[in-house]
Amino acid sequence: MIRFILGRFAGMILVLFIVSVVTFGIFQIGPIFANASPVFYYIGKAPATPQLVAALEHRYGFDQPIPVQYFNFIGGIFGKSITDGVSQTVQCPFPCFGYSFRQNELVSVLIGRAIPVSVSIIVGAAVLWLVGGVAVGTASALRPGTFIDRAGMTGALAAVSLPIFFTGPVLLLIFVYGLGWLPTIQYASLLDDPLRWLQSVILPWIALAFLFAALYARLTRSNMLETMGEDYIRTARAKGLDRRTVIVKHGLRAALTPIVTIFGIDVGTLIGTTVITESVFNLRGLGYLSIQAVTQQDLPIILGVTIVAALGLVIANFVVDVLYAFIDPRVAV
Amino acid sequence: MSTAQPVTVRPPLSGEPFLSVEDLKVHFPTDDGLVKSVDGLTFSVRPGEIVGIVGESGSGKSVTAQAILGLHKGSRAQVSGHIWLGGRDLVAATENEMRQVRGDDVAMIFQDPLSSLHPFYSVGDQIAEAYRVHNKVSAKDARTRTVEMLEKVGIPNASSRYDDSPHQFSGGMRQRAMIAMALICKPRLLIADEPTTALDVTVQAQILELIKELRDELDSAVILITHDLGVVAETCDQVVVMYGGQCVEKGPVDQLFDQPEMPYTWGLLGSMPRMDRVRATRLLPIAGSPPSLINVPKGCVFNPRCRYSDRVEGRKCFTVHPALEPSTPEHEVRCHIPPAERQQILLTEIRPNL
Repeated sequence: MIRFILGRFAGMILVLFIVSVVTFGIFQIGPIFANASPVFYYIGKAPATPQLVAALEHRYGFDQPIPVQYFNFIGGIFGKSITDGVSQTVQCPFPCFGYSFRQNELVSVLIGRAIPVSVSIIVGAAVLWLVGGVAVGTASALRPGTFIDRAGMTGALAAVSLPIFFTGPVLLLIFVYGLGWLPTIQYASLLDDPLRWLQSVILPWIALAFLFAALYARLTRSNMLETMGEDYIRTARAKGLDRRTVIVKHGLRAALTPIVTIFGIDVGTLIGTTVITESVFNLRGLGYLSIQAVTQQDLPIILGVTIVAALGLVIANFVVDVLYAFIDPRVAV
Repeated sequence: MSTAQPVTVRPPLSGEPFLSVEDLKVHFPTDDGLVKSVDGLTFSVRPGEIVGIVGESGSGKSVTAQAILGLHKGSRAQVSGHIWLGGRDLVAATENEMRQVRGDDVAMIFQDPLSSLHPFYSVGDQIAEAYRVHNKVSAKDARTRTVEMLEKVGIPNASSRYDDSPHQFSGGMRQRAMIAMALICKPRLLIADEPTTALDVTVQAQILELIKELRDELDSAVILITHDLGVVAETCDQVVVMYGGQCVEKGPVDQLFDQPEMPYTWGLLGSMPRMDRVRATRLLPIAGSPPSLINVPKGCVFNPRCRYSDRVEGRKCFTVHPALEPSTPEHEVRCHIPPAERQQILLTEIRPNL
């Protein structure tokens, strides 16, 4: 077991290394091929004399060999504690992704502020869509071809076809502006004001969950249909087990195993990609941060968010792999 | 019956049958029509008796077994007739009543032990689960009992193998575990649906021996479903030959092997490889393929493949469905060929080739 976990852990580190090299390469080296200095990411389109550009390149280390720049960057994450601010040096504690000249703030601080928002949205939505999707899928699978099945699957098809920029405003229209059950959204931290936190994230949960639940309902249905035809289900019935035990303990247990994998990947992928949900509901999460950074060509933020998002995905996959070893004894450990 | 061959008849077991299947029909409505998987099957099993059901794939053997266990309940299958088990009619029983019967009075061993065991639970837990459904015992007692059963079916180091997953067991051991699961509640009827088909020959013999031993110990009735006539000859007391969802011949095993009377049974025996036969002789497959269970042939179900239907006057084989009629008190045959003629064919045409 320990060997298995260590192996997966090593794989995780490798993936992160590759992601960091590639993103660093694209953003840092890319401009060089375009015959522009990466310094312009920092100073914008301001006219600058070649001397000034050279001086800035030297100051930010762009005149050093590229591998050295990469290791400076990575080394920075793990605790080089000083970086250049606009007009002064700034203490930059771990994890240091550098300084955003556009926002005039440490990237780690910006990301740190955005992560709780993103995680709040994703975790709540994930629970909703997993429970909802599996419930609908199971109900459909147990009565294939009946009204319940057709209604469930039609609903799923509708849900999967509706984009969040449609469902989101519709939800806002109904619950905020129509029924007035929820105030206009203003995010608050869960720890500061739990009620307002819930009010601000409940609609994003529903909008996001709606989309994913549809996929999970269809997956659960097909897996469950297949599982209920397996020989071991017949064995379970032949033992005299009641229907509930047969379905839940023997059927669902097996049908949900592949779904765990997809669930992990979905949750991991969502970190940093819930852009539309965040903009519709006016939340400042990682997605919003990265879109803002891209439009402003704010390189340190883009690099930081990319690595954090990759880290999220890799951790989610790692958790799934380890979980899987417990769920399915056939996975070699 | 002619006296040309001495027939050894095993003394019939005394006592009332524990299971009586009467005119059992299992029909499945499909888009293509009504599939008559079992169509009017009658047989009975006494305590301590092993009844073999033989026939090709699709002859309705497994469907019959699942009907006895009530596994068609809740599906689209239309089941009619009677399945009397110790005075109760299982066809009329509700799903809840059947649940009490399953695993307790009637247990089943399935063909493929790997796919029949849940891949995610330990073998021991799966067996203990079968025990705990019908017995109010603590988890610890169930474990003790399971280990006992595993030992009884010949799993070495049973207590340490309890927590193994099915994939850590060999094929033979899995089937032993399935047998332990089936017998843990001491069922009075054991249905073994091709229990040795997925196993290699040496293990086959051990498993059959095990079933016989346990039958002797518990005095349970056993239904052994197989397409292997060697297994039948070795193990069973009575044989039911099924074809196209119907019983075409049944009787004590010795009579059936020595005095087979139905052309289909002749075909089955002729296609069986035998060590005591001259090697050069070819096996004789039965021409044609099993009948469609939707458009069952008119008259005798076997008529499209029967080589002897021209021996019957007036094309009766193609128009009249033959009844299952006794040829000796225990031996029943579904065939239009007159008994004397059947004996003649058996003597002159069939036996020389067997």
